[in-house]
Amino acid sequence: MSEIRSKSTQTVDSPERRRFVGAVTASAAGLAIAPGVMLYQVAHGKADDQGVTSAVRWGMLVDATKCATGCNDCVSACSTENGWTPVTESKHPKQAPQWIRKLELQDPLTQMETNLPMMCQHCAEPPCVDVCPTGASFKRADGIVLVNRHTCIGCRYCMMACPYKARSLVHEPLNDTQKPDVPRGIGCVEACTFCVQKVDRGDGTTACVEACTAAGHNALVFGDMNDPESEISKRLRELPTKQVRADLNLNLGVRYHGI
Amino acid sequence: MSKMQGRWSWMTGLLVSAVLAWAGLSPAHAAAPKPIIEKAAKGEQCVEATDYMRRNHMKVLNHHRDKTVIEGIRTKQHSLKECINCHASEKTGSVAASKENFCVSCHTYASVKIDCFDCHSTKPQPPSATRPLTAEGAHYKHKLAAQAGVGITVEDMAGVAK
Repeated sequence: MSEIRSKSTQTVDSPERRRFVGAVTASAAGLAIAPGVMLYQVAHGKADDQGVTSAVRWGMLVDATKCATGCNDCVSACSTENGWTPVTESKHPKQAPQWIRKLELQDPLTQMETNLPMMCQHCAEPPCVDVCPTGASFKRADGIVLVNRHTCIGCRYCMMACPYKARSLVHEPLNDTQKPDVPRGIGCVEACTFCVQKVDRGDGTTACVEACTAAGHNALVFGDMNDPESEISKRLRELPTKQVRADLNLNLGVRYHGI
Repeated sequence: MSKMQGRWSWMTGLLVSAVLAWAGLSPAHAAAPKPIIEKAAKGEQCVEATDYMRRNHMKVLNHHRDKTVIEGIRTKQHSLKECINCHASEKTGSVAASKENFCVSCHTYASVKIDCFDCHSTKPQPPSATRPLTAEGAHYKHKLAAQAGVGITVEDMAGVAK
């Protein structure tokens, strides 16, 4: 009876109703450990059964003025997250997969040094997709360029076509050393995925960005370039940025400041 | 056909059928041992009926993989990762590390090669650590929720504030 009475007194914004709605949503998701303490799944970017849409375009801003000399944190974070062996630890360094690499450039005239990470630029018009004979190389609706390993035949046309040298082929069997979240295998081409497993989970960031921020450099910003309110859009509005090989008109997802 | 040839072919036929009958009955040529099907460590019931899964798991997985890779749909029901999470052996922690493990035992019996584990891990995902909710992630969720006409929960916003 007391339940019925309490229900009848609930109005749209009564605190009781709020508590009830909160409890129902939390228990439906099964996430509340204690009041106010939530598991990370709350941050889900999209419902699991929803496909990605072109309303979002993921992109990254690299601020080369903040990228530190000798720092390799983004590269090691990528290798840890995605399970590829770093080039220095590889038995065959020339064949080793490299999803992201650190470049240190020097102007021969002024001796000015520039540091920057180079990886798949997630082009809006990706040449790797154009040349792929099987359709394995594709661009997801949200702008992430991926390789469908189920259809990749390892011909490496895309590696030739990429102006950024961003892709690598897995030459050797990996013997079950892959991460459960990141399948990858012999005979397939691979590259930076913008940590698609994290993005789909709703983390809204990538391993390299997390590492760069944790190291205090803040040289990398990841986010939705289609959303004028996202941090990356705000920063892109303020900072002068460049696309590498802008002459190719590929409309890149990775923009550089200070190069 | 001559009478002699007819007799020969008749006798050969008899011989062949005798040999076949012997092969079938002989204990030395018993059928291959039946696969050992390890019970799934977690969970009572598979996501589909067992009979259906035995015949059609490959179709279910192929359909789901295209949805996941191309469209980014990551439902758990037909995901290979969830199969592995449930069916990994308690001994080896894997679905394909030893001959008794769930996937391998049947596939050896049926003599069908599995390609899945050239690329996919055979082990379940270790329990993930709690991740801090980033402002960007929450912002993205908020936007999608607005598009779908679904409100964002009080807890979500509380998480962002923290």
